[in-house]
Amino acid sequence: MDFPLLSTVLLAPLAAALAICLLPRESRDQIRMIAAGTMTLATVLTLYAYAAYDTVEGGMQFTEEVPWITDLGVTYALGVDGISLPMLLLTDVIGLASVFSSWNIEKRTKDFFVLLMVLIAGVTGTFIARDLFIFLLCYEVVVIPIYIMVLIWGSTKRVPKEYAGIKLTIFLLMGSAFMLVGVVSLYIAAGGDSFGMEALAAAGQSGVLDENFQIFAFLLLLLGFGSLLSMFPFHSWSPDGYAGAPSAVSMIHAGVLKKIGGYGLIRLGLLVLPLGAKFWAPLIAALAMVNVLYAAYIAMVQKDLKYIIGYSSVSHMGYVLLGFAALNAVSITGAIANMVAHGIMASLFFSQIGYIYERTHLRSVPELAGLAHHLPRLTVGFMLAGLASVGLPGLIEFVPEFTIFVGTLSVYPVCAFLAIAGIIFTALYILRMLAKVLFGPRVERFAGVPDEQGADLVPLLLLGVFLVGFGLFPELLMGVIRSGVTPLEPLLAQLSAAPAMLGGGF
Amino acid sequence: MFDFALTHAWLIPLLPALAFLIIGLGTRRDKDASAKIAITFSGLSFLLALGVLGAVITRPIVMADPFVMKTLWAKVGDIELSMGVLVDPLTAMMLFVVTTVALLVQIYSVGYMAHDPGAGRFFAFLSLFAASMLGLVLSVNFMQMYAFWELVGLCSYLLIGFYYYKDSAREAAKKAFITTRIGDFGMLLGILLVQLTFGTMDFVELKTLLPTYIWETGGGILTIIALLLFIGPIGKSGQFPLHVWLPDAMEGPTPVSALIHAATMVVAGVYLVGRAYFLFSALPVVLEVIAWVGGFTAFFAATIAVTQRPFKRILAYSTISQLGYMMLALGVGSLTASMFHLMTHAFFKALLFLCAGAVIEAMHEEADIFKMGGLRERMPVTFRCMAIGVLAIAGVPPLAGFFSKDAILAAAAEVSLPLYLLATATAFLTAFYMARLLFVAFFGEVKPDCPAQETNAWMRWPLVILAALSVVSGAWGHFAGFGEWIFYGPVGEEHIDWLIAGTSVALTAVAFYLAYEIYVMKRWSAYEISRRLGVLYRLSYNKYYVDEFYTVIRNTFVDKLGAVLYWFDLHVVDGVVNGLARFTGGLSGVLGLAENGQVQRYVAVFYCGVIALTAYSLLIAAMLLAVVGGAF
Amino acid sequence: MMDPFSLTFMDVFRFATHIGLAHFLLLAAVLFAIGLFGLLTRRGLIPALMCVELMLNAVNLNLVAFNRYLPMPDLSGQLMALFSIAVGAAEVAVGVALAFRVYRDRATVNLDDLDHLKG
Repeated sequence: MDFPLLSTVLLAPLAAALAICLLPRESRDQIRMIAAGTMTLATVLTLYAYAAYDTVEGGMQFTEEVPWITDLGVTYALGVDGISLPMLLLTDVIGLASVFSSWNIEKRTKDFFVLLMVLIAGVTGTFIARDLFIFLLCYEVVVIPIYIMVLIWGSTKRVPKEYAGIKLTIFLLMGSAFMLVGVVSLYIAAGGDSFGMEALAAAGQSGVLDENFQIFAFLLLLLGFGSLLSMFPFHSWSPDGYAGAPSAVSMIHAGVLKKIGGYGLIRLGLLVLPLGAKFWAPLIAALAMVNVLYAAYIAMVQKDLKYIIGYSSVSHMGYVLLGFAALNAVSITGAIANMVAHGIMASLFFSQIGYIYERTHLRSVPELAGLAHHLPRLTVGFMLAGLASVGLPGLIEFVPEFTIFVGTLSVYPVCAFLAIAGIIFTALYILRMLAKVLFGPRVERFAGVPDEQGADLVPLLLLGVFLVGFGLFPELLMGVIRSGVTPLEPLLAQLSAAPAMLGGGF
Repeated sequence: MFDFALTHAWLIPLLPALAFLIIGLGTRRDKDASAKIAITFSGLSFLLALGVLGAVITRPIVMADPFVMKTLWAKVGDIELSMGVLVDPLTAMMLFVVTTVALLVQIYSVGYMAHDPGAGRFFAFLSLFAASMLGLVLSVNFMQMYAFWELVGLCSYLLIGFYYYKDSAREAAKKAFITTRIGDFGMLLGILLVQLTFGTMDFVELKTLLPTYIWETGGGILTIIALLLFIGPIGKSGQFPLHVWLPDAMEGPTPVSALIHAATMVVAGVYLVGRAYFLFSALPVVLEVIAWVGGFTAFFAATIAVTQRPFKRILAYSTISQLGYMMLALGVGSLTASMFHLMTHAFFKALLFLCAGAVIEAMHEEADIFKMGGLRERMPVTFRCMAIGVLAIAGVPPLAGFFSKDAILAAAAEVSLPLYLLATATAFLTAFYMARLLFVAFFGEVKPDCPAQETNAWMRWPLVILAALSVVSGAWGHFAGFGEWIFYGPVGEEHIDWLIAGTSVALTAVAFYLAYEIYVMKRWSAYEISRRLGVLYRLSYNKYYVDEFYTVIRNTFVDKLGAVLYWFDLHVVDGVVNGLARFTGGLSGVLGLAENGQVQRYVAVFYCGVIALTAYSLLIAAMLLAVVGGAF
Repeated sequence: MMDPFSLTFMDVFRFATHIGLAHFLLLAAVLFAIGLFGLLTRRGLIPALMCVELMLNAVNLNLVAFNRYLPMPDLSGQLMALFSIAVGAAEVAVGVALAFRVYRDRATVNLDDLDHLKG
């Protein structure tokens, strides 16, 4: 591959951020066009990569390598495989959608888009980095824009946006602190000459890292990635954070950023520290089950739309964790697919909520009613996202959920049983919300609210296409993921042969 | 030509799906175009279904050797999820029933929805439903069945809530979805366990694997699997105790009630048990459960139907009761009787509902039968069709219900006397409440301000066709050898047990007579009877307070618990977080006291530190000297 | 080690008449102590700055003296002293300018009153 595709995808948003910096404040149109153009370019390139990825061969493709800090063994190494490619696609699609969701931002447009571009670049980097140092670097790049964006463009509802912002930031930073310790100890224990993920994984799997170290390091990573993934009891930042953030940030955060947690658990936790993963897996499964049911129950009594979706995403992340904890090829495939599915779905939800909030400044379920009369397109968006999160076939969530259930039921019968019961509660709170907000008698107050059109319609169309497309043709998604998970099978088989350590079968 | 239909059977669900897409993306604002598209595509899939039926009969394809086509849908790990078509006589019969009723209902809807601005949406949803139901019928494996099972549930949700501006419709839709979801949960678990136990979900493969499995390991886990699977049908087919959504589902437009909540979707549960009968019939315990759930539901719903007043609600409880009958038949081991009744019931219940739609529309949305009366004169065609439907469901020979109901009674009598008695009592009640419905609404005096008039042609012809089917389908099925066509195990001998048939016909006659005396001749006052019955009447009228029971459960175990957990989340989980933040803040306040802004104080502290450090390092140096001093 | 109690008169006389490294160091220490004392006790900003200069010069003295008494003297100590003086000059310039600004801003140069960085 001569054309540096991944570098382009990674650096284009940064270049756009620079370009926007140079524009005068007043030229809103150019600013938005640059952002949209850049993200379209990145999305098209990613789609090309997705289509051109050779699933038969598998492994890292579109690789690029430039030595960077040779003394530390840091390399600017990029590449995608079957696990990171769907995540990259998710990032760019949601990034593009979030640009259009922010189309009407009036307040300090320039600053907003600069930060948004930096944010997207950071997230992209975490998924395509093959070097831990780059991974951490990109991750830290993500945190700062989010804080500023919540403070300036956020909204104050149950909690002040300042509180929400700092809570979000501190949780993310705390997570990254644990991660950093884990990563550095990993680097040292593996010989201290490379941050390359493949090298570390080889070290981890070949027995250079002994079991006790793996158990310790995995715990650190679990604390870091777990709080990023809003694992119980480190989830409380998530609903507050989403509620405070502007909708583009909620979209990226719920849609992609959270997935760094799951991605990291698989990429680092499982591949580098397999014995550690095996040790903690039963605990993760139990917490995952708590995630699913606990958050679903709480979502049921929420009033604010963003809180409902916030808790809902905590609940859905429980499925991802459960899939990870079962440590077999099927369940991990399901976990990855579920991350993609939830990303699309949650960001569609947040974009629709953002639209209605932008137009009415209302977000609370009791205040909204009968929107279907005046806003049929918005209704379609809400229904698609809602029905997808209920797990209906033909939409993106069905196959991933089914896969996770198949993969986990035999490993953790009790946890899986309770988690599957979650489908009832999910249906309960989602349908309640849809019924109250969309249906019911006509409310004259909303008669003047215009329906989505033009740029506002783009998130719905874009995310809707993936929501339905991957739902009807799941092999498009599962095929790529399978090529990423198949190489793990020997490792997983080896692990399942090893005795369970912490407690065992819940 | 039949072979073409067979190899293109996958088009049968795809055509209505296409109609849904075209209407949904294109013509939904144009009522007439939408209706034309929906009916055209339904018609095409009806023709294909006829072709498949022809292929099954001429080839012939028998139960033991179905025709299968499938394609990979998704592959996860080493598990292949496929979609495809499985055609055997059972499928062919279902295809015929579903496409017929769907087509007729769509034609009827042209008239029924003529003045509704949302008609385009209605036809889109109806098409989507037809597609999902046909996909379900053609399922090759449990996963496909579950997927389409969920989709028909979705369509049911969308169509019950079609009048989304009505609060009652909105609530009913939600209730239907969530109640059936509870069933789906059990079913999903069952399906997952099937996959884990056998490594496949394919019906044909399972059928061959099963005997060996039972031979080797016994039926223990299979019983659990089958019971879990059966929870799905309990929800979908409105069996006790998950029947509560079905009467509420009548909030949807009446054609929907006819198509989805009477003829097709609600029998999906029965169909599932029938499709997986190789599994259920191998487990006597499970069969017994099915039989008793079915029998009890049949009787239970019939006792409720006797006292209800709204036209459609009586029919809804009647549907629950008849579905219980079908389950009962499955439970006593007669796939034939169950499927036979499924078919005849689809025709006469769709007929009854479409009549109800005509009547209620004519009465300007008045649903209470006691506010009707004398409609016989105002709506003669509807009356005749309705009467045929009532006679058919009551089991009057030679109409359809007589043959199918008799087959069930005979099958029940062979297995268990209590079940037979329960079924017979149900038959009596059925005849009584249907006669009550007919007599109250259509006989007697015309109410003074009754607006009713005969319906238009769009609505009339489907009624006539369904009435004709209700007349002939039973006799046709009986004499053409339905039992040699759809069966499980040894071929069922198709004969009429004259004792059983005679008893049920006599009971029907008695029921008709009683209803006639009470509601037409008014020899006995209905009010007086209900007063005498006291508690029994109130229980029945209030549907045994099952809904109230669920409300209590929901309030305590869902909402209250949710509130408690939310409190926990805010004050304990988040409390720890905020507590940590507050601790950090407090600590900084304490430490901040040292920062008093006095530069000179800082300098002094700094020098003290320098001196201390110097002293310390000197001390270390001195100690080192003392130790290694000799070396210098 | 030298025992202070066993010093004879001759020792003291030799010390007083033969100027050596110790004298420079002693002088520097005294200077430094005076500077420190002034820095800690004077209220005014300008006197405090002057005291800092004093301490700085004490150090410079040390540098030069050590350089002179090296077994093989080079110019490194002198050089450092020159640097240090230059830095000190710059520091005074900045310091006085700051003091001026502070006075303009707060109308006082009393260090006790300048406690706006209080935690």
